[in-house]
Order: sequence, then C-alpha cells, then structure tokens
Amino acid sequence: MVRAWRLYAAVAAGGFRRYATYRVATAAGVFTNTVFGLILAYTYIALWDERPGLGGYDQAQAVTYVWVGQGLLSVVAVMGGGFEDELIERIRTGDIAIDLYRPADLQAWWLAADAGRAAFQLLGRGVVPMVFGGLVFQLALPGDAGTWLAFLVAVVLGVLVSFAIRYLVALAAFWFMDGAGVQQLAVLAGLFFSGMTLPLNVFPGALGELARVLPWSALVQAPADVLLGERTGLALLRTYAFQAAWAVGLLAVGRLVQSAATRRVVVQGG
Amino acid sequence: MADLREKPREPGEPREPRAGFEPVAGSRLVDGLRAYRLIAWMWIRSTMAYRASFAMTLFGNFAGTVLDFVAILLMFSRVDQLGGYSLGEVAFLYGLSSAAFGLADLTLGSMDRLGQRVRDGTLDTLLVRPAPVLAQVAADRFALRRLGRITQGLLVLGYALVVVDIEWTPAKVLLMPVMMVSGAAIFASVFVAGGAFQFVAQDASQVQNSFTYGGTTLLQYPPTVFAKDLVRGVTFVLPLAFVNWLPALYVLGLPYPLDLPRWTAFVSPLVAVVCCGLSGLAWRAGLRSYRSTGS
Repeated sequence: MVRAWRLYAAVAAGGFRRYATYRVATAAGVFTNTVFGLILAYTYIALWDERPGLGGYDQAQAVTYVWVGQGLLSVVAVMGGGFEDELIERIRTGDIAIDLYRPADLQAWWLAADAGRAAFQLLGRGVVPMVFGGLVFQLALPGDAGTWLAFLVAVVLGVLVSFAIRYLVALAAFWFMDGAGVQQLAVLAGLFFSGMTLPLNVFPGALGELARVLPWSALVQAPADVLLGERTGLALLRTYAFQAAWAVGLLAVGRLVQSAATRRVVVQGG
Repeated sequence: MADLREKPREPGEPREPRAGFEPVAGSRLVDGLRAYRLIAWMWIRSTMAYRASFAMTLFGNFAGTVLDFVAILLMFSRVDQLGGYSLGEVAFLYGLSSAAFGLADLTLGSMDRLGQRVRDGTLDTLLVRPAPVLAQVAADRFALRRLGRITQGLLVLGYALVVVDIEWTPAKVLLMPVMMVSGAAIFASVFVAGGAFQFVAQDASQVQNSFTYGGTTLLQYPPTVFAKDLVRGVTFVLPLAFVNWLPALYVLGLPYPLDLPRWTAFVSPLVAVVCCGLSGLAWRAGLRSYRSTGS
C-alpha cells in the first residue's frame, strides 16, 4: 500500500517536472492568458456597466472572475492539452498493451501524472495573470487565508472532475481509433459549460439551470464562486459535495469503460 | 477554391530549381504561389480520404466559432446595448472580424507549427526543396475545415446586414470587399511575423495566438468598450483597427473613439501593404538567422 502511494507520488512529481521543463512555452502561455484576460475584462466591465449586479456579481467580482478563469484555464485543462493526447496515441498505436501489463493501475497512473501537471500549471500559469489583473484592475480578492484555502480545495476537486472527463474522452479512442473528433467536442463543451466564455450565473433561464448542474461547472464556475465569497458555510459544503459527486461518478464510469475497453484490446502483429 | 484546380502545369513548363542566381521578384512570387497551390491540394486530397472525419472537424470548426457568438447573444439576452452598440452593430463587427481572420487562418493557419519544425529539425527538409520556404510552411497541413470559421463569420455578417439600418453609398459598398481583403492581409502579416518570431523562440507559438485569435476576439467588440490606450495600441502600433473597426464604423456611421479623420476608413489597403512588407522582412531575417538543430 505504502509502495503504491510512493509510486504514484513519483509519477506526479514527474508530471510536475515535465511541464516545468518548458519555460518559454509557459511564459508564452501566461502572455496569451493575460491578453485574453485583458480583452474579456473590458467586455465584462461594459456588460456590468449596462447591468450592475448581473448574475449576482458586482463589477469588481465580474472582473475578478475573468482573471480567475484565465488562471485556471490550463490548470483544469478546459482546452485539453493534458495527458489525453498521449493516452490516445498509445491506444491508437497499441502501446497501451504494455501499459496494461504494468503493475500499476492505468487510471491512477494517469491521474497522478495529471495532478502533477495541474500543480505546476497552478503555480506557473495561474499566479502571474492574477497578479497582472490585480495591478491593472480593481479586483475583489478575499483578504483571509480561509477563503483562499477553500478555493484551493475547490480547484483540486475541479482538477479531479476535469481528469475524469478527459479520461473518458481518451478511452473513446478504443472505439474510434482517431480521438480528434471526440476531443474537439469535449473542448467545445468545456469552454462553454465551464463558464470560461461567460459566467454560468449570467446564462438565462433553463440554459443557466442546465449549465449549472453539468460536470463542467465544477471546473471554473465553482472554484471562482468560492474565491469570490459567494459560497460560504453550508453553501460551500454543497459546492464541494457537487464537485465530489461528479468526480466520484465520472471516475467510476471511467473504470467501467476501461474494463469494457481492455476486454476489446486486440494487439496487432507479433 | 476554384483557383486550386485551374491551370494544370503545362508539359513544357520548367520545374527545375532556379538555384544559383537571385531570381527576379515576380517569378519568385509565381513560384511560391504554385508551390502553395500544389501542397495545399495535396493536403486537401489527403484529408478527403477520411470524409467522415473531415465532416466532423468541419462541423467542429463551425460550432466552435458559433459558440463564441452565442456568448455575445447571451450577453445581449441580458442587456440591450454593449458600449453603446446594439446587437446588430456588434454582429457587423463580429462578422467582418471573423471572416477576415478566417481567410488568413485558412491560408496561413499552419504557421504556428513552425516552432515544432525548428525544434525537431524537419524544417531542413523544406530548405532543400526548390520552392520558397514561406509557401511550404504556410501550405503545410492545409486544412479546409477552416472554411467553417469563414462561413460562420459570413452568416453573422449577413444577419447584421439584415437587421442594421445602413445608409448605403457607393463608397460604403466598395469599402465592404476592400475591408475584407485588407483585413485578411493584415491578419496574414501577423501570422507571418509570428512565424518569424518562432525562429527565435521555438516554444513560443502561443504568443502568436494572442495576436491572431486574441486580435480577432478584440475586434469583435466595439472599440468603445476598451481603454483608450489599448485602442491607441491596436490603431498605431499593431494596426488591427484597420481590419474592421475604422472602416466598419464608417459604414455604420458611428464615431471612432480616437478622433481620427473619416478618410482613415479608406487607408486599410495601404496599412495592409505596409504590414505585409514589414512581416516579409521579419520573415527573411528569421529565416537567415535559422541554424539547424543538426544531429
């Protein structure tokens, strides 16, 4: 048991170091997040000028939401780009057969690697856009450590949900061979329903209600609401429960699909 | 796309490389365009081998840009105006920005793969081929699915033309196609300059995205939304404002926030030519500074 934990910790550390290697790419990503944050922040200011208090946010909260979103974009891999490209490639080429022989659990292995990636991107790509946003705009950031800690927990749960979704997307390659189509659909759904394009509490009527119960809302909307102080006490616990329920549910579905998929594996050639 | 098929190579037409002497500028351009056409056509044929996958990615490209506009529609479900602009007026800006960017993305969208080629050394292959490198890099993985974005932009533009009341004059009618073509050329120059930058920083292809995708996103919204300094920046430094803001506001009869004279709406072609010239120089400098990874 202890040995297993040490293995996954090592895999996670490897994931962290792997992403930390590409410093120029990280800087370029930070630059891009900052540019998009700037554009979005101005449009949100115009929107909240027109309708103060829209979606229950004041203007400072709305602008803060933009920068939280840009900071989390790569952490919860809304646009993909995590482990799934590699896993899909291994499924397509048949290398997955070797992975299945290894004395490690397939899902846990990739989860550990993705956790390492997320940890690096939180530090490497999350902090700078937030700081820049704080320098240029009036942000509504909490002053107490408790809220920040609560936010971190929500981010961790968000990463779990994000991993569970992307694991399912990658496993689809067992059936489709080419994962590009499914991946593209997943990115579209992620961008729209995570609250990246527009906060979900601004979505009108039934669409808003639907968007708020879908798993993607656990990626950006939920952590952002926690940081903005919109979720405290019982509401905070409800948010955690919502995220955890999707994480557990989707991870379980991932295991089911995995066992169905591995029964299908036919390794070509000899 | 018709030009891809026209003019098959004459049997007697020379195809040997003209290495060894500096070719005249005109023939180099013709060479480049021909190489581009051939490579692009090759990629189209290869994509069409998997028609279902092509249909899916074409739809994905279309749907992805539709969602962008859905976000704007959702905003307007809560407000009647954004920065003093109606939905139709924003749609007008959006459609023009998207269509112009879509054209540039279709022709040069693969430029962000250059860094990858520099890193793994496959750029060397392109250097020894008897065709301009820019044409080869630009046509690499030519993706017809990018028509999805252009289509979506034109649909939104069509919607805007129906709902917005424009007092058409001959000058305004003329400005529409001029704006589209010069806008595409301005974005194209950004793509090429971004490619040149990747000779210096191979891993920084994302920086290019902030100016290309970021640029088109910026131009989809009214200039009144943004801080004056940002508007100045994209007017005088990186002249994206000439893609659609200045000419489109002339057509709509709305004022530009920077107090520029009205005739500036017509200088987009000139700006496009200057931008293309500058990015061409940057490309040459980048290519000259290239040192192979060896191995």
